Amino acid sequence: MTDESVGTVYVAQGGDWDDIVRGQADRGDEKIVINMGPQHPSTHGVLRLILEMDGETVTSLRPGIGFLHTGIEKNMEYRTFAQGSTFVTRMDYVAPIFNEVAYCMAVEKLLDMKVPERADVIRVLFMELNRISSHLVAVGTGGMEIGALTMMTIGFREREMILDFFEAVCGTRMNHAYIRPGGVAIDLPDDGLPRLKGVIDWLHKHLWEYGAFCNENPIFKGRMKGVATLNLTQCMVYGASGPVLRAAGYPWDLRKSQPYCGYETYDFDVITWDTNDAYGRFRIRVAEMTESLKIVEQCYDRLEATTGQPVMVEDPKYALPGQLTVGADGQGNSNEHIKHIMGSSMEALIHHFKMVTEGFRVPAGQAYVAIESPKGELGCHVVSDGGTRPYRVHMRDPGFNHLQAAPAMCEGAMISDVVVAVASLDPVLGGVDR
Amino acid sequence: MGIEDKLPSGVLLTTVEGVIGWLRQASFWPATMGLACCAIEMMAFGAPRFDAGRWGQEVFRASPRQADLLIVSGRVSQKMAPVIRQVYDQMPNPKWVISMGACASSGGMFNNYAIVQGCDHIVPVDVYLPGCPPRPDMLIDAMFKLRKGDVAHHAIGPNRIAEDEAAEQAALVAPSTLEMKGLMR
Amino acid sequence: MTEPNAADLAEVSDGTSAEQRVTRKGMWGQGPGDTSGYGGIVRSFERFPRTDRPYGSYFDEIVDRLHGLLPSVDLDHVVVAHDELTIFVPKADLLDVLTACRDDALLRFEVCVSVSGVHFPDLVGEELHAVYHLLSITHNRRVRLQVTCADSDPHIPSSVPTYPMTDWHERETYDMFGIIFDGHPALTRILMPDDWEGFPQRKDYPLGGIPVEYKGAVVPPPDQRRSYS
Repeated sequence: MTDESVGTVYVAQGGDWDDIVRGQADRGDEKIVINMGPQHPSTHGVLRLILEMDGETVTSLRPGIGFLHTGIEKNMEYRTFAQGSTFVTRMDYVAPIFNEVAYCMAVEKLLDMKVPERADVIRVLFMELNRISSHLVAVGTGGMEIGALTMMTIGFREREMILDFFEAVCGTRMNHAYIRPGGVAIDLPDDGLPRLKGVIDWLHKHLWEYGAFCNENPIFKGRMKGVATLNLTQCMVYGASGPVLRAAGYPWDLRKSQPYCGYETYDFDVITWDTNDAYGRFRIRVAEMTESLKIVEQCYDRLEATTGQPVMVEDPKYALPGQLTVGADGQGNSNEHIKHIMGSSMEALIHHFKMVTEGFRVPAGQAYVAIESPKGELGCHVVSDGGTRPYRVHMRDPGFNHLQAAPAMCEGAMISDVVVAVASLDPVLGGVDR
Repeated sequence: MGIEDKLPSGVLLTTVEGVIGWLRQASFWPATMGLACCAIEMMAFGAPRFDAGRWGQEVFRASPRQADLLIVSGRVSQKMAPVIRQVYDQMPNPKWVISMGACASSGGMFNNYAIVQGCDHIVPVDVYLPGCPPRPDMLIDAMFKLRKGDVAHHAIGPNRIAEDEAAEQAALVAPSTLEMKGLMR
Repeated sequence: MTEPNAADLAEVSDGTSAEQRVTRKGMWGQGPGDTSGYGGIVRSFERFPRTDRPYGSYFDEIVDRLHGLLPSVDLDHVVVAHDELTIFVPKADLLDVLTACRDDALLRFEVCVSVSGVHFPDLVGEELHAVYHLLSITHNRRVRLQVTCADSDPHIPSSVPTYPMTDWHERETYDMFGIIFDGHPALTRILMPDDWEGFPQRKDYPLGGIPVEYKGAVVPPPDQRRSYS
């Protein structure tokens, strides 16, 4: 910055720091411009914040985003609808299942497709486990940023348990591409339910620890209470959703108000808090993990009851043929199907080839599906022109929307509160920038 | 007949370079620079299950001036590339770079307008770590390969200068990264 | 050449609004496709065919109320599909419609959750579409407003004075599609670097991939490969 009309400008990119400090002291002017990020440990990724400060008080804050813009939406226009799942999962990489569900539900809406019951149960199960792991990262890294390092270490401990389950089912710890248009890629393995039981037991044993560590911790409360407030009016102005809106006392949860995937049949509560601040959002996240665990337990019962039912639509026009099993090479494969297409049916081979290379066609039209991600309303707008590839896909990420509110939360507060404010919004820059 | 024969027991001989390399392995500090999905696995690398603290490496330095390892953990966008280069330039010598994940190594699945097709276009890379994202175990392995390899045998003094000059000459005559062909053979 | 199929998409210039018919040759998704390999069958379809009343659900109520509040505004192009209501709004009247949607007690769409762009190079005169998704928390309803503008005159009035939360969404739409939102407080690039040229997510902007070489074989970037659609 070289515009000196507003005052003397010191650029701290070299030279002697003492000179800058001395010059500042001589002028007696406390205004400082600080560039936080994009490489900064406490901005949840590559977020850039340009702070104008009077002493330690923030007078102006401008977020700069786009440092992780990946062009995913454009890339998807050159891949089939089924491949899209692999792309969207890399948007908000802390809550990948939600991206996949939103996208697949939008495609299914265009196809007027109804997924099997068991697939819906598995989707709910994965979403709720993922909600827990996403909240764990949110409170964990949020805690780490204000010095509560234990929050991060125990948060990642629990998260590993959930990721182990994900890995056992779909083969990857992150970036699953497990939810596909029409259902899910593969059923739970034989030891899936016992494993799930293990995860549930582990979470029962440990989820209360977060509240016990922090709820009444005076330092934690001192850092969080009354900080980064956003009341209901402001929430409406900024279109806030998720924990931010619920911390302002409004019980808005798309799982209840506009249910999808059969959420209306599950028993859980929408958590609200009335303090409008970062502490309220933390309490909501911790309580929501317990609610999610309740849903996971209900999923367990339903999975037990639906064992053996299909997890993908039966229509061979949309479902990749064959029930996959994990082979000796660690890859998913179906020997029966290979026998069928290579041995007995040329037509099946052609169909399989066309399904994989060309993909299925989706009627022209557009659909918008919104689901409740851990961060708020995650929307997916899919436009098709009747081809085998999306004409346009747009993800409405809650973090993108919420970061707009960061200046309102931080201006007038101290610089240390900026870190708390951003952490309480829980933006994931992969989702924000896409 | 060398000096070795005259030494009392319990004394070993080595080079200064060897000792410094051995010491450097123990004080090997990555810079905190998370980019994308891989950054979450990088955090898991420091968290209890994988616990980089077992060999004293859980300390990520927030300031690049205190770090000697840059882990490019994720896709590098056109907008982020100059920032990464600046972070790299701010790190004191000697320094190493791990390109973590498919996106950082080659652009991965994002072969498009927004992503730099491999961070070796902007910084010299010592270890390419495949995976999308690589498991923390793989990052541990990459870290140890780097420690046992280039860190332990990093030249010092005039040897270092000679090596740097040779590397620079080689880089000057080499085709640009975009034009390199047939490296996978 | 970003859309390998663009040559197959010829436009018929009979329409007045976004109901222009699009003619396609070859394979398509609706009805029996031309899978003979002959490629001589031609079929045309409307991108956004009007829906006739009754629209069903709460959709009639919303459209009637808007008609009542804004009798002079042409809101006749309504598309109902997949339980979603889309209203095409003339861009000159967008602000009136948005204000009515927000302020009227029977509509009360408090939140504009998303603004995104879509580029239809084959719809002559209305290539660029801005899509607004409104959410009413009071009534638990959603509606989609769609506004079109020509590539040669990419101006749409900004919704930020009515819905402050669309600030970044409009910046992103500008960044990716080049739609200029008149009246936006600071319409600058948001995701791409400030000095970037072009609008990357338009259909005429190349994907920008590079050929990938592996063991001597070269794979072209996805937008230059053979395609089926």
